[in-house]
Amino acid sequence: MKIGVVTFPGSLDDVDAQRAVTIGGHQAVALWHGDHDLRGVDAIVLPGGFSYGDYLRCGAISRFSPVMAEVIAAAGRGMPVLGICNGFQILCESHLLPGALIRNDHRKFVCRDQRLRVENNRTPWTSAYAEGAEITIVLKNGEGGFVADEATLDRLEGEGQVVARYLGDNPNGSLRDIAGVTNAAGNVVGLMPHPEHAVEELTGAGTNGLGFFTSLVEQSFA
Amino acid sequence: MPRVVVDVMPKPEILDPQGKAVLGALPRLGFSGVTDVRQGKRFELEFAGEVTEAVLAEVHQMAETLLSNPVIENFTVHVEQPA
Repeated sequence: MKIGVVTFPGSLDDVDAQRAVTIGGHQAVALWHGDHDLRGVDAIVLPGGFSYGDYLRCGAISRFSPVMAEVIAAAGRGMPVLGICNGFQILCESHLLPGALIRNDHRKFVCRDQRLRVENNRTPWTSAYAEGAEITIVLKNGEGGFVADEATLDRLEGEGQVVARYLGDNPNGSLRDIAGVTNAAGNVVGLMPHPEHAVEELTGAGTNGLGFFTSLVEQSFA
Repeated sequence: MPRVVVDVMPKPEILDPQGKAVLGALPRLGFSGVTDVRQGKRFELEFAGEVTEAVLAEVHQMAETLLSNPVIENFTVHVEQPA
């Protein structure tokens, strides 16, 4: 499958995401924030980083880039979209995902290996994991606190839209230890930690992140 | 030159770590009596012509669309007359 990885000005992890896509057995297609078409890709990854310098709010400017108009339309048609870290922030700003990400409650940038529990393995990005699987991948963020009002949080829990939860100490003040969520349709996933940094034994925190890039199968689009 | 000001504040129920940092710094500098600090953003929009109701309506749209994130922030709009 062809998986597009969008590079915004200030993206940081786009090349790692492309590499993870390739290791996951897919063809990585580089997309640029100014693109007006998605070059025939089957799925999209919005990578981590500091797009547009995090000016205004993280993801607020990127959300209005030309390529995002295409991504939002494609997501509405059911195309799988994965936003990692800054990509998660962009998806929230785009209203493709509920809630928002705010500055870590302890105000410090956090960078560490993080244990997670995969709560929902029914998305196109998490089907390679067993439900309840405990994995360790890299976490690195300054504004990773997931917030939403109580009603939204209850709905996310009730509808199974919490994709992953932090285990151990909550690293950033995310409400209900939420590390990742999906939309009602289940095709759009946002995740604060970085699975693309945990796909090879040589570097990073092992290979627990690889499942995010091997989960995609053709049946996703049936 | 007429100026329209948009003030954006984190919603009361949303944690404001930056405000907390400022609150923590004040006593260290010898300032006492402050019980809470909330930090927001102020946007000053300059217009060439008259600020009509239509212009203000558009500013509200700007504030909802880009200047604030309605999930976590509230905003207010007011016009400042030139001195």
